[in-house]
Amino acid sequence: MNAPILFNTLHFDQPWTLENYLKVGGYQALRKVLTEKMSPDAIIAEVKASGLRGRGGAGFPTGLKWSFMPKNYDGVKYLVCNSDEGEPGTCKDRDILRYNPHMLIEGMAIAAYCMDVKTGYNYVHGEIFEAYERMEAACEEARKAGYLGKGILGTNFEFDLHNHMGYGAYVCGEETALLESIEGKKGQPRFKPPFPASYGLYGKPTTINNTETFASIPWIIANGGKKFADIGVANSGGVKLFSVSGHVNKPGNFELPMGTPFRKLLELAGGVRHGHKLKAVIPGGSSMPVLPGEIMMEVNMDYDSLQKAGSYLGSGAVIVMDETTCMVKALERLSYFYYEESCGQCTPCREGTGWLYRIIHRIEHGEGKPEDLDLLLSLCDNIAGRTICALGDAAAWPVQGMLKHFRKEFEYHIEHKRCLV
Amino acid sequence: MLSQQVTTLIDKELKKYPADQRQSAVMAALRFVQDEKGWIAPEDMADIAVYLGMQQMAVFEVATFYHMYKLEPMGKHTLTVCTNLSCQLCGSGDTLDHLHKRLGIGLGETTPDGKYGIREGECMGACVDAPLLTINNRQMCGRLTPEKIDQILAELDKQ
Repeated sequence: MNAPILFNTLHFDQPWTLENYLKVGGYQALRKVLTEKMSPDAIIAEVKASGLRGRGGAGFPTGLKWSFMPKNYDGVKYLVCNSDEGEPGTCKDRDILRYNPHMLIEGMAIAAYCMDVKTGYNYVHGEIFEAYERMEAACEEARKAGYLGKGILGTNFEFDLHNHMGYGAYVCGEETALLESIEGKKGQPRFKPPFPASYGLYGKPTTINNTETFASIPWIIANGGKKFADIGVANSGGVKLFSVSGHVNKPGNFELPMGTPFRKLLELAGGVRHGHKLKAVIPGGSSMPVLPGEIMMEVNMDYDSLQKAGSYLGSGAVIVMDETTCMVKALERLSYFYYEESCGQCTPCREGTGWLYRIIHRIEHGEGKPEDLDLLLSLCDNIAGRTICALGDAAAWPVQGMLKHFRKEFEYHIEHKRCLV
Repeated sequence: MLSQQVTTLIDKELKKYPADQRQSAVMAALRFVQDEKGWIAPEDMADIAVYLGMQQMAVFEVATFYHMYKLEPMGKHTLTVCTNLSCQLCGSGDTLDHLHKRLGIGLGETTPDGKYGIREGECMGACVDAPLLTINNRQMCGRLTPEKIDQILAELDKQ
């Protein structure tokens, strides 16, 4: 296996210090960009060549996103990092914040140089207070050492980064809800267009990327985009962090090349607990459609392979369920989550998520009706694609996935008023 | 009245944002008040509104939108238990059962002596450490077992 890229400081006792980051070549990419006076076009070309796609879940090509920022713009622009990691199953960015905060800072500084931005914000998920404190300390350390602030590395480049703490709202992981939240408002997504590149934070041009996305940048700049792309597979460049949780012996975060077989990932996570049989896997965070274990055992972990199998790579969060799992109960909990987290702005989502939850709740509690399953699917069709943000789709996909692969279990629940397992 | 400690913290936070965007510090301001008093009362929201130059309603909107704000007393030690899927699969139900056995309270309840409260949490973004709880939104405890919960409660009892 290749040397770790994103977790390259993990072998130190204190992986998060500037001193240790410098020992593994930290801030050399930023130095290269500044001393060689790399042009923004050249940086974007490297990022495009790397095949890096947004690691938050949507998978939008990063280089292309950066190219949308207005050039020769005479005004304030912002750079924002989305560390509001709240998609159930996902906890990879937390480890970047906790263990390699300077890699994120360096990645953001390079992006800021490329897009001519002087101020950045890092929006951290509210529940991970330790990670927020770690980032605050790392930014202070970087400021003192001249990697943030005015005159970075003795040049006239200026960039400062501030951490903003969320406080418990899943929807703020949606980029425009996140911007509203930094502005001190309820986190309700904005209608798009205009997109953040033209109307973002405080109405200024803004680029928002995920934590892991930014953290991938220094290696790409130091080693070249093509080298990063070659680690992965076609259309899925580079390495990816996978969070494996649920019914495995050794849950954890694993950095692996894109295209690694799921079988291998499961092995790294110690296999299914108690020697049980694998029943099902949600391969990319709770919003992605569930897949049966036997399909997963033949799938590779990359964008195209998972899409072909009927789901998505999403955030790379893998939730493993063994043969003892009741799929109705699992779906009931997920549907409650989307109902609880809907911001209430769009009627199909506000009303539909509650409707989905109540129907699944009654099936789980032995009060389901045979026609409920078709009603659920009809509701999904009327939520997905009919809302301002993707939370509507996120609520519908798990229901559709469960009914596609485990419909018999739901029917059994309705008929016998108890679990099949 | 906001305490001097709170206004000092808010002032530090305000430096992160443009001078004409004081509202950006509202989330932090609410957090500071909650950390100090344990919960946020309507009077606190009014004070924050004045301090940041916002409408009181706008502060209220924020305080009620984000789950981690407590708008009523929820015990000196508020334990927020994640019950989302990864935690559910790893036994968050057992966590709640054990807490109920030890403290005699369930979700949304506070012990009569006001020492402990239990809230239900949504995904805390630490799923590989499931099942999880947080103490007063600051300290996270994972891979919970009955023994580990007993240890946590013993530590908190001393405070």
